Amino acid sequence: MGLLTPSGGLLFWMTLAFAVVFLILAKFAFPIILGSVTKRKEFIDSSLDAAKVAEQKVADLQLQSEQIIADAEKEKVAILKEAATSRDRIVADASVQAQQEASRIIAEGRRQAEAEKEAILANARGEVAMLAVQMATKILRGNLSASEAQQALQENLADEIRES
Amino acid sequence: MILSRTYRILIVMLLALALPGASSFCAHAEDDAVTSAAIQPVSPVQTDSVSAHTGLEMPSDSAARADAAPMVAGIAPEAEPFNPKKMVMEHLADSYDWHITTFKGRHISIPLPVIVKSSTGWHVFMSNRITGGGTYKGLYIAKEGSHEGKIVEDVDGDQRRPIDISLTKTACGILVVCAIMLVLFLTAARAYKKRNEVDYCPKGLAGLLEWLIDSILDSVIKPCVGENYLKFAPYLLTAFFFIFCSNLLGLVPFFPGGANITGNIAVTLVLAVATFLAVNLFGTKEYYKEIFWPDVPVFLKAIPLMPVIEFIGIFTKPFALMMRLFANIMAGHSIILSISCIIFATAHLGAAVNGSMTAISVLFMVFMNCLELLVAFLQAYVFTMLSSVFIGLAQVKHEE
Repeated sequence: MGLLTPSGGLLFWMTLAFAVVFLILAKFAFPIILGSVTKRKEFIDSSLDAAKVAEQKVADLQLQSEQIIADAEKEKVAILKEAATSRDRIVADASVQAQQEASRIIAEGRRQAEAEKEAILANARGEVAMLAVQMATKILRGNLSASEAQQALQENLADEIRES
Repeated sequence: MILSRTYRILIVMLLALALPGASSFCAHAEDDAVTSAAIQPVSPVQTDSVSAHTGLEMPSDSAARADAAPMVAGIAPEAEPFNPKKMVMEHLADSYDWHITTFKGRHISIPLPVIVKSSTGWHVFMSNRITGGGTYKGLYIAKEGSHEGKIVEDVDGDQRRPIDISLTKTACGILVVCAIMLVLFLTAARAYKKRNEVDYCPKGLAGLLEWLIDSILDSVIKPCVGENYLKFAPYLLTAFFFIFCSNLLGLVPFFPGGANITGNIAVTLVLAVATFLAVNLFGTKEYYKEIFWPDVPVFLKAIPLMPVIEFIGIFTKPFALMMRLFANIMAGHSIILSISCIIFATAHLGAAVNGSMTAISVLFMVFMNCLELLVAFLQAYVFTMLSSVFIGLAQVKHEE
């Protein structure tokens, strides 16, 4: 039974010691520890929330940048296409122009050549006419002097014409 | 089972290590014998147990002495045989000095202050004046009777207990536990205070304590108490760590430990009363309504059957807390002590029996100490959990 009877002295010391320890710890230890644990928990929670938001933002930005890249790609393709078309058109235009120019030059050359030929021919005709007149003059002169002489003259003239 | 050579060597080493520890119990037993009998001849039990400590083999002459033991006991009746019950009971009970060991027949113990108010007024003195059987100003320790082991005085031929608030072994154990708790938690709290940062995560002691506190808070206090758990957390944590530290310290077999703190009913009584106050002082109106006017058919309340049962329930809950903790820790201590007593109780039976029983005893002691380590935590946990549950039950809100 001795073990089951609480002794008064021990009750006194236990009550005193436990009450003092409880009051000290309840005032100076546990509130600080629990408070800082709670604060840290809140901090971690808010940090996680912030991280989640940031992650969302990053994902949005990623999406946006992908969109931008896709747009740029599309634009690039369009520009290249346009460039190709305009290049082809320019080349085609240039070749057409060159063709025209070439044919114009050819025609011009041909026309000039024709004109020159005409001029040469006209000149030649004039020369021939002059020669014919001179021949006629000489023939007439020879006829007038002698028939042999006339004959010689005739042959001379013919040679002269042949030579020219 | 055939043990390999290494195993056998290991076991012998284990025994060699464990036995000096057990010898302190032997010394204790011897001490008890000395306090009860003024002149103490060398008891055969002790010689044998000493030779049992030196190794497993016993020289033949000590075996002969073991054979002679009953004869010696018969010749000298004052040589008390080893009394395990007395030894266990004396360890479980409180004492006025803190016995450490007995070395070559001399007791080495720390005298503790005795504070009593006898019929002649207040007296404060050190316990070594009376523990050897002395008398100081009419005060002495009763050797028998209803106040056995307590300080008494003779008034009109009557043994009377004075008002006794001595710092006994258990009281000193309480103070040691309190000092440890204050140092631990105030150090931890200072670590937080010093670095007043919101993202400061402590290491070392504060980290360990935070882990313990947080796990108790999250697994016990928060779910059991309910929404305003922070109001009760300091008390519940103090109770938990007080019980836990006391239990652990009780398992340490030498000086600052070894006191049977939570296995003392006065200690558990104070703890239970503290829980009782926490439950009933902060109980809500609905809690008291459920006790005195519960939601049952009127005839159960007209003859106040249910209120009486509920009212008794207020007291049985902390009573159960008190008894559970007390009985568990006391039982643990007695089992470990009883197992260690096997060594000394079988000492006069010869080397073979004593040696094998010693091995068995040590194996059981190792097992029991492991179990008690679990119990030390478990009982603190259970006390805290049930206190939380009772507090939580007293925090009921009207549900509509």
